[in-house]
Amino acid sequence: MSSPLRRPVAWRVLLFPLAHAPALTLFLLLAPIAAGLIGTLLPAFGWLPVVGAADFSLAPWRMLFSEPGLWHSLALSLWTGFATTALSLLLALALLGTCYHTAWLRRIRRLLAPLLAIPHAALAFGLAFLIAPSGWLVRWLSPWATGWERPPDFAAFGPQDPWGISLIVALTLKEAPYLLFMGLAGLAQLPIEAWSNMARSLGYSPSMTFLKIIWPSLYPLLRLPVFAALAFALTVVDVALIIGPSTPPTLAVQALRWFNDPQLNHRLPAAAAVILLLLLTLMAIAAWESLARLLASWSRPWLINGRRGGQDAIARRAALSGSGLALALATLSILAMFMWSLTRRWPFPAAWPEQWTLENWQGQMDNLLTMTWNTITVGMAATGLALVLAVACLEHEVHRRVTFSGRSLWLLYLPLLAPQIGFLFGIQVLLVWAGLDGGWPALVWTHLLFVLPYVFLSLTDPWRAYDTRYEQTALALGASRIRTFWRIKLPMLRGPVAVAAAVGFAISVGQYLPTLFAGAGRYATITTEAVTLASGANRRIIGVYAVVQAALPLLGFLAALWVSQRRDS
Amino acid sequence: MVRLGGLSDRLWRYVLMPLAILLVASALKAAEPRWEEIEKTARGQTVYWNGWGGDEKANAYIAWVSEQVKARYGITIQHVKVGDIAETVSRILAEKYANRNEKGAVDLLWLNGENFHTMKGNGLLFGPFSEKLPHYPLVDTITIPSTTLDFTEPVEGMEVPWGKAHLVFIYDPAQLQNPPKTVAELMAYAKAHPGRFAYPEPPDALGSTFLKQVLIELTEQREALQAPVAETTFGAVTAPLWGWLDEIRPHLWRQGQAFPKSAPALRQLLADGEIDLAFSLNPNEASAEIEKGNLRNTVRTYVLSGGTIANTHFVAIPYNSSAKEGAQVIANFLLSPEAQARKLDPTIWGDPTVLGLEKLTPADRERFTTLKRGVATLSPSELATPLPEPHPSWVERLETAWRARYSR
Repeated sequence: MSSPLRRPVAWRVLLFPLAHAPALTLFLLLAPIAAGLIGTLLPAFGWLPVVGAADFSLAPWRMLFSEPGLWHSLALSLWTGFATTALSLLLALALLGTCYHTAWLRRIRRLLAPLLAIPHAALAFGLAFLIAPSGWLVRWLSPWATGWERPPDFAAFGPQDPWGISLIVALTLKEAPYLLFMGLAGLAQLPIEAWSNMARSLGYSPSMTFLKIIWPSLYPLLRLPVFAALAFALTVVDVALIIGPSTPPTLAVQALRWFNDPQLNHRLPAAAAVILLLLLTLMAIAAWESLARLLASWSRPWLINGRRGGQDAIARRAALSGSGLALALATLSILAMFMWSLTRRWPFPAAWPEQWTLENWQGQMDNLLTMTWNTITVGMAATGLALVLAVACLEHEVHRRVTFSGRSLWLLYLPLLAPQIGFLFGIQVLLVWAGLDGGWPALVWTHLLFVLPYVFLSLTDPWRAYDTRYEQTALALGASRIRTFWRIKLPMLRGPVAVAAAVGFAISVGQYLPTLFAGAGRYATITTEAVTLASGANRRIIGVYAVVQAALPLLGFLAALWVSQRRDS
Repeated sequence: MVRLGGLSDRLWRYVLMPLAILLVASALKAAEPRWEEIEKTARGQTVYWNGWGGDEKANAYIAWVSEQVKARYGITIQHVKVGDIAETVSRILAEKYANRNEKGAVDLLWLNGENFHTMKGNGLLFGPFSEKLPHYPLVDTITIPSTTLDFTEPVEGMEVPWGKAHLVFIYDPAQLQNPPKTVAELMAYAKAHPGRFAYPEPPDALGSTFLKQVLIELTEQREALQAPVAETTFGAVTAPLWGWLDEIRPHLWRQGQAFPKSAPALRQLLADGEIDLAFSLNPNEASAEIEKGNLRNTVRTYVLSGGTIANTHFVAIPYNSSAKEGAQVIANFLLSPEAQARKLDPTIWGDPTVLGLEKLTPADRERFTTLKRGVATLSPSELATPLPEPHPSWVERLETAWRARYSR
């Protein structure tokens, strides 16, 4: 057996960083966030010398609280955040609970990848057209069924509705698949077989088994992902810009508006609004957690009341039709954008375009190639880096038998829990200071903040579940650690690695604000271009970009599927 | 001198005048190399040009400009499209914050009004330079006063006029025979056809322009708008505007509970048939959109009977640009008759020119006169009554007051 002492020097050099991997990873994640928060905290308390504010004061807060519509924005953020998270969790729970023991589970798993891959913004564009009073759904039904020759005028329906319903739907279409995905990963960690066999022998119906036995153990594994979903829904900017209410908008959008106000002193209340949003997120997470605990303690008598039967068939039908509806909305949204990308003229109430054209694609070709290249290179670099760091951390953990969990897992989740606009302005200043802004490394680094947590989470379970006896056998046969890793462990885990890479790539493709702030506009990606074009409201061009934006991560997932199913050569 | 008669005349004709010509010519020559110098330094530079990227016609035009300046001057343009130019102002601010006083990320930006006011006031602009550009003398500063007064803010060489905006209303005569010609008629129309009129939500530039238009038409103190806003008189000056907006609100699209977010979103509502009447700051936009298939070819434009607001949009160079020479060469190219005529062509973009046609050579003038006017575009005489923009401080104040009333 090769002891560390007898390992060739070159290997030692290569392995040396392993011990530093966790520290390096945390530094890469936390340093920019800390700097970013400081860069936001200072102006929130009145220190932004460049606009002539150089004393610490509460003036920005006074300005913030005197803003009309602030309380409305705040309430709107809370409502859409909670409603989205609850709805998404409910959908995921219903689907898992009624299908976990059936063949549907495999089908769901397969359908999940493309849903996870669609970037938020693309979905929001499509949905906005789908549900507008002059949108696709109404066009199908008009005028023959509705009698509408002109689009109806609804105030409470369609994109930008005052209650944010369309925003909630758009976010749920993305959050539910994500929670489902994390739920599936969680299920894999629990002894489901044994539990359900035992429950069945006691006469519990499958859905009762899930609710009373599996769910109480599954939810703790989902806690952090649920918090991330909640934080995301509370602080999202691009989707809310596209489909959310605007008089007033959610707090995150309002903060961005102030940041971008031509009156420079609005940066001060903007920074205060961001800090407020951060506090709001923390309070929302705390409220969610207490609510969950309350529900858990209330349901305790019900959990042990011994009732075993359930309306399984009805529950499953409800769950499947709910998810079917969500899936249909998502598919139609993307399809609508694809139709628009080929449209020259499509007036109301025609169900299909009147004149078709390839001009929209041809006119954008040069631009598309550049943007696609930027998107792919940044995505691959950030994902590659994230894979190396995550694998290094996990290997270190395996070798030292220390687990990266508890508090450090929270740290890892921090970029997902803190509102993006909360630290991105600060990061921008930091990058400018360091002379790194607008550079490719800065862009990759900023993407890494959001890619790494997801990659790490996707890899953790497969890595921990890996049977170390394979490694031991190889080592016993005289292979070095490095060789064992490259020839035995990595090939065996290539499936999870490929999926993690696809997840990471999809996350990178979807980044809007980080690209905007770190890229200095010099690196535009498909997503920044699409959101910018959204300000032009030209569905034809937005359609082109939305389709490409959705296609790129999808190709990533297909590649992952191919890698994980390929036989060894 | 008079007594010397013929001698002085001959002296003037054969000695002094040639001398004067020589002097002027040599002075010009001395000035000329400076521009040549700039062009020489500019060669090989990369210019990051930030501008609103929501209009694919403008984007395509800028792509053409990129090809031209690459071929002619060896300058590379990187077009940075932003959703709102204020993002760019914000970035330049972050750079100043971090003491990045040279090699900034932005070399040229497309702006006007409030953003110009902010940048000029905060020392974020390079200049004065615009009046020294070789093509600047072609600009029609007389009949287009907004080329030197950007929302009443003196330009003073800190930005280069690029294009002209004029508020026009867009409608389809097939649906709307007698479009409202005054603000009062607009109210009557909205009441008779609930849900079929909308205006973009301020602070969108078109939305704010609409507020200013209504204000100019209704207020009894029009001259107050040309001076900075005064808190003491704001209420009295604007009271008729708020009364009008309150009254029309329930009759607006979506009962005034949601507003289109931008000028293009307003146009899209017209294209989708959700509204009957839209408006635009580009008098050629309707024609250009018909050309692209976005609007029906029966669509036409008009201006209100009391005239409508007109302004100019500009390009400027940030104080910390790393390619000031390249940016100047591009700005000068944008002012060339060739580039301005192409910009005016509704099949390309349809953005009106800032040049005075009488200042051009006959050949250059022909570039403009041979252009076919779009089907929905008004003639210059129909656009002859522009109203001046109020002082930029009004925009901010009106937007805040609007938000306090309708966005809470």
